[in-house]
Amino acid sequence: MIHQYKNNGYNIVLDVNSGSVHVVDEIVYDVIPVVEQLIKEHVTDKDGILDRLKKLKSDKSYGLSDFSAELIEEALDEILELKDAGLLFTEDIYEKYIADFDNRETVVKALCLHIAHDCNLACKYCFAEEGEYHGRRALMSFEVGKKALDFLVANSGKRVNLEVDFFGGEPLLNWEVVKQLVEYGRSIEKENNKKFRFTLTTNGILLNDEIMEFVNREMGNIVLSIDGRKEVNDRMRPHRGGQGSYDEIVPKFKKAAESRNQMNYYVRGTFTHNNKDFAQDVKHLADLGFEQISVEPVVAAKTEDYALREEDVPALLEEYDKLALEYLKRRKEGKAFNFFHFMIDLKGGPCVAKRLSGCGSGNEYLAVTPWGDFYPCHQFVGNEEFLMGNVDDGIIREDIRTEFKNCNVYTKEKCRNCFAKFYCSGGCSANSYQFNGNINDVYELGCKLQRKRIECAIMIKAALADDEEKES
Amino acid sequence: MKHIKTLTTRDLKESMKKGGCGECQTSCQSACKTSCTVGNQSCEHAK
Repeated sequence: MIHQYKNNGYNIVLDVNSGSVHVVDEIVYDVIPVVEQLIKEHVTDKDGILDRLKKLKSDKSYGLSDFSAELIEEALDEILELKDAGLLFTEDIYEKYIADFDNRETVVKALCLHIAHDCNLACKYCFAEEGEYHGRRALMSFEVGKKALDFLVANSGKRVNLEVDFFGGEPLLNWEVVKQLVEYGRSIEKENNKKFRFTLTTNGILLNDEIMEFVNREMGNIVLSIDGRKEVNDRMRPHRGGQGSYDEIVPKFKKAAESRNQMNYYVRGTFTHNNKDFAQDVKHLADLGFEQISVEPVVAAKTEDYALREEDVPALLEEYDKLALEYLKRRKEGKAFNFFHFMIDLKGGPCVAKRLSGCGSGNEYLAVTPWGDFYPCHQFVGNEEFLMGNVDDGIIREDIRTEFKNCNVYTKEKCRNCFAKFYCSGGCSANSYQFNGNINDVYELGCKLQRKRIECAIMIKAALADDEEKES
Repeated sequence: MKHIKTLTTRDLKESMKKGGCGECQTSCQSACKTSCTVGNQSCEHAK
């Protein structure tokens, strides 16, 4: 399976099943789809392909008429060389392993601890409904959190690295318990041969020097929520009384980012129908001095006035292109920033097993409510259909675990022919459920944006490789 | 090659042989929380 596209002057060919990326000239770009079609028709020898290419040369719809027969043959030779090397037209050999995949042993390796179902902001797009997740306000006790960490250790098999995210609502409303749980986690690492990687997601209102000092000592990542420009942020991220949060959080976030040497943190925003020009928000965050930036599309019911709509998509795709150019421009100017959704690790990215299984929700990853209930992930919290168990009894609903375990890119019909399937792993189960009522479907608007982000991310790699070559 | 420049990538087929150790990061633990981004992560053994 081939995906080819043009972006920023680069002709890019992605061989989906091997993960190979090729930057090609016009002639190869035009020849490749013809060769792909011929291979499907079982015409695989050079002479046979060449013969057909010569016949198609006079057909203007194939774009080959501008090239000489010699050039076409030269291009074909290179294409077939890559094919023989397993870098082009690679077959999908993974699907037949799905039966083994479904029988795999899974362990729990990450928890999202809902340390506080309460919040000191009233963000309009919050899936937690101002922190309360359609339920009551509550703070997690140390005892519940301790049981959750014990459950994680006991159910993590031989896995050494365990991840715990302190999430909410707003976790700083229950900071003492966060500290106690970090200390408890550290105290049981050695005897169990485990290493906790703690992270914190916060709106920043209560952030202070003392908290940052603890976070910098103990936490591998901190996610700082801010949407970008003041008017954009304050419209969607107000206090309960309506006043904006931007002026309070920006100085704290700047200080926090500097205190972590501009690494291992994200300023993380959400864009909505109200700021389709979200590249301006990313630029604004970069102008404030932040180097680790994530600004992501809102996921909201169509009935919400801020929800992204189908008619917004062309403008949003264009905005990602603009942002990719800005990303490259600032890099050249020595003002580089990292944009989470343009990150792609082509050389050292995940193995196929990981790409098939995706985020691991319901198996490797569980969300824990303040009173100790387990859900497949934070986005399912509050939906009793997905209540899987609790810290005292463990997993009770094995059926939910199995359903999530067996969900992969091949169980989603719409992913089958999508070039992005090994980059998004079939997308987010919670998004699928929200829009289709089951986890084996896709959230199509999100897919369109995801595909564009992947195209931009690969184009950026091509541009950077180009720059390196020019410099050397 | 005159017409094609291939970027260095991890061979997904090869990764089937040695992959699946599970030591890598859980994708939702980074920044996303509302989407699924896996391709941007690093294999724990490639670090």
